[in-house]
Amino acid sequence: MSDPHETTHIDSVGTYVKILLALLVATGVTTAVARVDLGAFSTVVALGIACGKMLLVALFFMHIRHSNKLTRLVVVGGLLWLAILLLLTMTDFATRGILGVPGK
Amino acid sequence: MITAAAQEREHYLNASYGLKSWLLTKDHKRIGLLYLATITLFFFIGGAFATLIRVELLTPQGDLVSSETYNKLFTMHGVMMIFFFLIPSIPAVLGNFFLPLMIGARDLAFPKLNLLSWYLLVIGGAFSLYAMLAGGVDTGWTFYTPYSTTYSNGYVIATALGIFIAGFSSILTGLNFIVTIHRMRAPGMTWFRMPLFVWAHYATSLIQVLGTPVLAVTIVLLFLERVFHLGIFDPARGGDPVLFQHLFWFYSHPAVYIMVLPSMGVVSEIISTFSRKAIFGYRIVAFSSVAIAVLGFLVWGHHMFVSGQSLYAGMVFSFLSYFVAIPSAIKVFNWTATLYKGSISFQTPMLYALGFIGLFTIGGLTGLFVAALGIDIHVTDTYFVVAHFHYIMVGGALMGYLGGMHFWWPKITGRMYPEGWAKLSALVIFLGFNLTFFPQFILGYLGMPRRYHAYPEEFQVLNVLSTAGASVLAVGYMIPMIYFIWSLRYGKVAPANPWGATGLEWKTSSPPPVHNFEETPIVTHGAYDYSTVIPQEVEVG
Repeated sequence: MSDPHETTHIDSVGTYVKILLALLVATGVTTAVARVDLGAFSTVVALGIACGKMLLVALFFMHIRHSNKLTRLVVVGGLLWLAILLLLTMTDFATRGILGVPGK
Repeated sequence: MITAAAQEREHYLNASYGLKSWLLTKDHKRIGLLYLATITLFFFIGGAFATLIRVELLTPQGDLVSSETYNKLFTMHGVMMIFFFLIPSIPAVLGNFFLPLMIGARDLAFPKLNLLSWYLLVIGGAFSLYAMLAGGVDTGWTFYTPYSTTYSNGYVIATALGIFIAGFSSILTGLNFIVTIHRMRAPGMTWFRMPLFVWAHYATSLIQVLGTPVLAVTIVLLFLERVFHLGIFDPARGGDPVLFQHLFWFYSHPAVYIMVLPSMGVVSEIISTFSRKAIFGYRIVAFSSVAIAVLGFLVWGHHMFVSGQSLYAGMVFSFLSYFVAIPSAIKVFNWTATLYKGSISFQTPMLYALGFIGLFTIGGLTGLFVAALGIDIHVTDTYFVVAHFHYIMVGGALMGYLGGMHFWWPKITGRMYPEGWAKLSALVIFLGFNLTFFPQFILGYLGMPRRYHAYPEEFQVLNVLSTAGASVLAVGYMIPMIYFIWSLRYGKVAPANPWGATGLEWKTSSPPPVHNFEETPIVTHGAYDYSTVIPQEVEVG
């Protein structure tokens, strides 16, 4: 299956350690922020940090930044489908107060 | 009569013997047959539950089983048929066997992963079977919260775990197909020379890979809620039960296309072969498969019009649902246009394909009824919906599966089935199916709700018709089972290309050699070029 024309890029151990540390720090920040009352922004901050961590894992540990266009397309496709799930679900949750629920 | 040459030639069936050679095989063809045996077992278990349901509904009184048992029967019928038969049916059996052959490959991209997929289905099935034998589950195949998380006393977790495991089988099969289609096509097999069966499986695989993980996540959330009372779906803890339905249907609506898209691929092959014409509008039919896969992800909320979802969301989902009808209709019109001025022969696979077109059209058009907000509120949770989805999933998916089994049986086994019996059974299945499910449209429209073991007396005549139809249908399913097994020993020896079909799978011997082709084929023309193909005669024994 392996294509002889493709080269495999693997980052140095130092890079992986730095990313690991960044992920651990981000986890610590998430925990710390959870103890501060930011109102509605608590969720926004927590999800923002989680997205950042997800990007680090995908780009470095999953080697997406060295991948070919097709692999990147697969990643974008996955994110697009997640967006479909969230967006169309929100057409319900975000609008129940506006147009109401049938039968009520 | 088996010729000496056919006896001596080595092929995938006689290359090695013994249980181990099957249970550890990495040959996609043998794995396809392992799937065939497994899902046939699941089909008959699911069928047994359906039989009990229909016998109970012969009379208006709930006199055969209690309402609790009835709840378990329809749940286990749905779970078995959907997750363990229909979803794996064509992709795992015919897709596994023929996808590599049709693109000129020696195997799938990941043969070991392919075998793992089969084991996962078996393990998942074993969990669900255990749950059924231990006491069953009564939530319906949809596992709606809060009943499944809070109130049901059934084996919810064991059943859901079985589905969770089987889901990974589906994901891995989809992944394997996508990589195989991208990377393992024979020289000259460009994207637009691929058979439409392969296009349909590509689209199906996209759904399996993109949708099934969401079902897995949903099952994990269900588990956390039921066991640890996490509060994701429980309003008392800040959750929302309708969220479960969003997550569930995000997978389970596209899952309908996992069942029916491969069937459409089979129908394209059969219609072309038995009309001896290239499929009308090949490219648009190919793209319509992908369009169905994509649009199928945008419509799930039409299952939830009366769930408490907002009216705005209902209107959005209703509007989007109509778009799926476009690529579906394109396929039906293009198959019909292919028949026009074709050299049509009505052999068994063609009977199933034509049956598919008629039944799928009825299922699809009634789908438009239930996609309309106003009508759906009238028929929600009635037998109208039951009839509608059986026309799609049995009239569509299962007819395609049986058509495909007959079409490729000579290639799989090297034997012909008895044509007369096969035509008879196709007819019996078509009539039995319509007698079973057409009365249910009327019952539903008149207001008979689904999922009750008792009903008002005025509905009895239509229910008796439906049960009578189910009996005919059961006979129809048994006949192929018998003659397929019979043909393994007594069937006429099949030539390499008994139908005069154009696909690469017909250019190799029947049954195919272990590595599919004696030499790697080089493809020089499109998928349906009949100018160079002549049907081979079946040897008379």
